[in-house]
Amino acid sequence: MLAKRVKPSAPMDLDHRGRDWYVDKAVTFLVFMGGISAIIFIIGIFIFITKEGVGFIAGPLNVREFLGSVTWRPTSAQNPMYGVLGLIAGTASVTGLAMVVSVPFSLGAAIFIGEFATGRLRESLKVLVELLAAIPSVVWGFIGLSIMNPLIIDMFDVPVGIGVLNSGIILGLMAAPIMTTIAEDALRAVPDTYREAAEAMGATKWQVIFRVVLPAGKNGLVAAVLLGVGRGFGETMAVLMASGNAIQIPTSPFDSVRAITATIAAELGDAPVGSDHYRALFTLGILLFVVTFIINLTADLVVKGARRT
Amino acid sequence: MTYSEGDVGVSGQSLMFAATPLNTRNRRIQWLFRALFGLMTLILVVPVGIIFGVLLVRGGPAISFEFLFSYPSDGMTAGGIWPALVGTMWLVAVSLIASVPVGVAAAIYLSEYAPDNWLTRGINLAIINLAGVPSIVHALFGVGAFVIFAGFGTSILAASLTLAVMTLPLIIVATRESLQAVPMAFREACWNMGATRWQTIRTVVLPNAISGILTGVILSVSRTAGETAPIMFTGAAFFFPFLPTSVFDQTMAMAMHLFVISTAVPGVPDELKYGTALTLITLVLLMNAASIWFRSYLRGKKKW
Repeated sequence: MLAKRVKPSAPMDLDHRGRDWYVDKAVTFLVFMGGISAIIFIIGIFIFITKEGVGFIAGPLNVREFLGSVTWRPTSAQNPMYGVLGLIAGTASVTGLAMVVSVPFSLGAAIFIGEFATGRLRESLKVLVELLAAIPSVVWGFIGLSIMNPLIIDMFDVPVGIGVLNSGIILGLMAAPIMTTIAEDALRAVPDTYREAAEAMGATKWQVIFRVVLPAGKNGLVAAVLLGVGRGFGETMAVLMASGNAIQIPTSPFDSVRAITATIAAELGDAPVGSDHYRALFTLGILLFVVTFIINLTADLVVKGARRT
Repeated sequence: MTYSEGDVGVSGQSLMFAATPLNTRNRRIQWLFRALFGLMTLILVVPVGIIFGVLLVRGGPAISFEFLFSYPSDGMTAGGIWPALVGTMWLVAVSLIASVPVGVAAAIYLSEYAPDNWLTRGINLAIINLAGVPSIVHALFGVGAFVIFAGFGTSILAASLTLAVMTLPLIIVATRESLQAVPMAFREACWNMGATRWQTIRTVVLPNAISGILTGVILSVSRTAGETAPIMFTGAAFFFPFLPTSVFDQTMAMAMHLFVISTAVPGVPDELKYGTALTLITLVLLMNAASIWFRSYLRGKKKW
């Protein structure tokens, strides 16, 4: 089949530049353009959100108010205030609770799936975790609103069930499958010869895991947790629907909070294009972009560091 | 299990191999941790089973032929989800048309051409970061780049392109993996016949990797269908009870519809909300299950 398509060139003409040669060059160029598309898009994202947000950073932004005030009142006609402290507290409390809930379970599940479970059980657990990761965030938000909300009201006898606790648990359930998958990959990347060497010394399975596999896969586990934090930090719909959306620094797990992502999602539709409010929301976008960029970069470096040793 | 030989001596016949207190202790610790981690896995998986059960019980009765194929009525408090279903299909189709060629090209470059240099490292870093950018930031990008700068307005085109940028890393990574799984010897055999690089890729590498690529595409379809934030401001309408006729129309979408009826519209019966959530989650999970099944089927069929 192939022979038919490759045109035989003249016997001595090894530099023959026929149609195939030009097609090959053209494809090389096209494929290269595709290759750098990821870089183009990541730079494009930064440029476009900065372009809209820079008018706010250069203009009405007051750094002390921005980072030091809880008052986010962008629509006020007389005295708009742009304090993001409350929003940062919202994101931090929800993500923090989510991590407290999900990190131990994710790592435990990763160890169980990767080291203890075998055969069918292992395969089905992996498939199950993969399916969990696929549930859309808006469905999680709906679950928080419709199932968790009455549950929390009943269990703790509080008037409102949406808040830090609700969105933290939802976010934890969302981030857990991703952390489990990445952590399990990290454990699987530990060479079997390590395990065999330890077993040959008479170590039990648990000793192998605790003394050999976990230390060797440590960096991968840290990266898994970091990526989980990144996921929680950037999650929008579930937090928007399950956190209650009152801008404040929470003092109890039942308090309603508003995350940075949720603020953009809730307000962008009402902010006139080009207004200070609109630009302030893009500035929040820059903040999100930069922080997730740093988290992803760190996770990548941590993994690379593991590979080098 | 290195310690299990010791079990022989428990009956007392061969004291040489009897379990020492250390053996027993080790075995107990092992059993304890196995149970602990097994329990953790269970705790992770069970609530989701319960949640799916609740969705099924409360949403199941709502799902009927009429629910799926009729328009919402009475200010979205009754009727069906047909325009949202069709809208989601539009969004998925248009975003695939944009993302698959670019994603596959990128993967071909990374797997077949890219030298190990700073540019390739940069591309890989960009892919990781693109996958990690919060969906609401993608939405901001979509508003800035496609709705305003490119002048598409809030339309299916703008929303689909935003979704395409978001799912691009997924397609690149899946395609690159399946390209790299094709053994090097296949390529070398082809080059030795005098084929150019592209001829090799077209006639040998891609046909052997196509099923892996499809798996990635199906996954990105499921991801695209479930996303809400990126389309909220770029093309998904609150309520638009017509079927879109061109890519410059706005449209309803399943995920957006679920968000709207569960937060913004008062008086929507629970049954309708659960029905919509169940339809969406079934759609997404079916697609994922298909891709997982496809992948394990391929693994069994692999010739090399």
